[in-house]
Amino acid sequence: MNQNDRKTSAKLNNIIISRWGKLVSVSEDAKSLTTSIECDISVLQDIAQWLFIELKYSFATMIVEEHPEVWNLRYIFYGDRDMGLIQVIIYLNKSQTTIPSIAPYVYAADWYEREAEDLFGFNFEGHPRLGDFVLHEEWQDGINPMRKNFDAFSPYTHRVVNPDWTPVRVVQSPGAFMMPVGPIYSDFAESAHFLLETVGEDVIRTIPRLFYKYRGVEKIAEGNTAEHAILLSERFSGTSAFAHSMALCHAIETISDIKVPERARYLRIIFAELERLRQHVNAITAICNSTGFSVAASQAGILEEELLRVSCHVTGHRYLFGLNTYGGLTIDVTEEAIKTILENVENIIKQLNRLERMLYRSNSFLDRLEGVGILPVHQAISYGVVGPVARASGINRDLRKALPYGGYENLEFIVPVEYDGDGYARLRVLFEEARQSANIIHNAANILPAGSTLSLNRKILSGSALSWVEAPRGAAFHWVDIGEDTRINRYRLTTPSFNNWNGFHRAAEKFAFQDFPIIMATFDLSTAESDR
Amino acid sequence: MTEWVLKGITSGIKTTHYPDKPETASGISPGLPDTTELNKVDTSVTQICPTGAINSYGYELRVDRNKCIHCFKCKYGIQRPVNWDKGYEWASVVKEAELGRSFEQSLHIRFVDAGACGACISELEQLNKPYYNMHRLGFFMTPSPREADILLVAGPVTDHMKAPLLKAYEAMPEPKRVIAIGACALSGGIFGPSFISGKGVNEVIPVDIAIPGCPPPPLAIIHGLLLAVRHKEPAKGKVRQ
Repeated sequence: MNQNDRKTSAKLNNIIISRWGKLVSVSEDAKSLTTSIECDISVLQDIAQWLFIELKYSFATMIVEEHPEVWNLRYIFYGDRDMGLIQVIIYLNKSQTTIPSIAPYVYAADWYEREAEDLFGFNFEGHPRLGDFVLHEEWQDGINPMRKNFDAFSPYTHRVVNPDWTPVRVVQSPGAFMMPVGPIYSDFAESAHFLLETVGEDVIRTIPRLFYKYRGVEKIAEGNTAEHAILLSERFSGTSAFAHSMALCHAIETISDIKVPERARYLRIIFAELERLRQHVNAITAICNSTGFSVAASQAGILEEELLRVSCHVTGHRYLFGLNTYGGLTIDVTEEAIKTILENVENIIKQLNRLERMLYRSNSFLDRLEGVGILPVHQAISYGVVGPVARASGINRDLRKALPYGGYENLEFIVPVEYDGDGYARLRVLFEEARQSANIIHNAANILPAGSTLSLNRKILSGSALSWVEAPRGAAFHWVDIGEDTRINRYRLTTPSFNNWNGFHRAAEKFAFQDFPIIMATFDLSTAESDR
Repeated sequence: MTEWVLKGITSGIKTTHYPDKPETASGISPGLPDTTELNKVDTSVTQICPTGAINSYGYELRVDRNKCIHCFKCKYGIQRPVNWDKGYEWASVVKEAELGRSFEQSLHIRFVDAGACGACISELEQLNKPYYNMHRLGFFMTPSPREADILLVAGPVTDHMKAPLLKAYEAMPEPKRVIAIGACALSGGIFGPSFISGKGVNEVIPVDIAIPGCPPPPLAIIHGLLLAVRHKEPAKGKVRQ
């Protein structure tokens, strides 16, 4: 922390104390740039509103922890580099499950509260809409699987679904109808359900119903070893496996005070950027495909397969599974392998640039993206969207710059920002980020030190930590609490797709039905990642 | 538009020659542990394996390919690593299934995501792209289960996807076959059984062909489809379901 940062946080402290006095206590951890505000439940809404609206912090996540005697809730906010990370912490008696909702002020927290209502059984007072979120209608009321007394490994018998059950309708107008799409639809689409309300051609309201793929990763990680949790973090979202397992490893390393060798730190960056590059090429392929432009989709698909092959050639796995472990990486790579990555990436970027130039000259393609699926900046902020989607709507926030981790502080790169917020802006951001990833790979390879890739000290200690990573689709936050027996007490996973799904429907509304798949492709949403 | 035609031509033919010739390019498959040839391996790897894919029978080690999740714990970072076979012809016919002669030419396929992580889906998407191009073999995706011969299922079958999966299966006309792809769909993988996911597709609908892998590489999926039209033999070695 430099002089300037310290001044800001001192100022922050003064404001908090002068505004809320004895109802709060503030502590700081300079090392992790974290300010913790422990507050009384009566001022929670005020503080959240102040951070989100006045100070322009982004809402990161909400963490609920169940202890034998109390509930512990953490609301996490993050800002740009000089703003750091803020945890608002409240403790509640075990019998108290009614909490004032912050969603009316911090709309980005809306889905987080709905999730906690379903999984923990809290009642968020003042929340506009609760229920039918993670747990669908086959779950009995009053069953909350994330509570400690719910057994994760015995099958749970559901109630029989009422065949007359219908979703809530919002649009009331003569001729209005609701068109259900999913959960099984399109060729290779992930399972998700949409209720599209319309009076004719345009979609007036989109209500996504997710969690068809809820696998309870947070629940089944509890009581397991850290190694097992790493396997889960890789496999719950295979297309961003490396980013998520890296975040979990960072958290475990922070708790256990394990120092990762420099070589492993930079190799992690190389692999994480390789994954980002591949995922962005995948998204570009999907955008070309959604507009029916199969020549371009094929050309982009070729590049994606080539990236998959390079990954497999160097690491042994096409999706970079099995590499991350606490204390470093399970493998080392040769000088030659690094050269292979660099050569291939350079070649792929060349072809990607050519593809980009050709796409920008194809009017029939651009017509379907330009001005379509607009997410204005104020909505992007209030819905808390992250990643390339946010950066295409003018939000310049990238965790690699805002809260640098794992060696990114030593690497030069640009975070591309566009202001139009439409599909075309999102495509431009994807192309530019792919180029930046290639640059980072190049720069990290240049300063890659020699040495081992796995720390000798790999003893797991007990404690808890928050870690974060800019996954291909945006900001991801992992919270781990490890008990005395080195088993996981609580694993909280916050994924970028969860946030982006929340904002997606605003972009899809007021556009024609045939634009819907295109808008969805430009958002690069993953239900596997959001459902967990 | 001429630019695109030119670009297409200059890209050349990328498509694999499989199944006429084996594919030998690097990076097409992560491989699977293989203990058929050497038994020098330490039996303690059975304790390392997180899903119980490696079991010891007396002095012999056996690999249940349907359970392997490619964690590489038996390969990286241990004294005597297990040999990994880099092949991809992994698909097998499930013991009780009678494939019969119903399908010998073209197939129409409906895919159902029953809780897959996205990697299986990404590999399936590659089948439609130039490198694998499954159309040349007469395999087509169809948006409706009513037109499908084959139901491809990935994922451990979460409770919320059970009913949609069953409905899709029932909507298919006879004769029909079910192909389960990936460790999750075959054994629950790392997610099941738990309070929300099962032990794989076989618990809900009968599976005919199993394609192991986490995720199965595109060529392994093509092998499974070729098995359904009887153009290929099942994987060698004992595979249990």
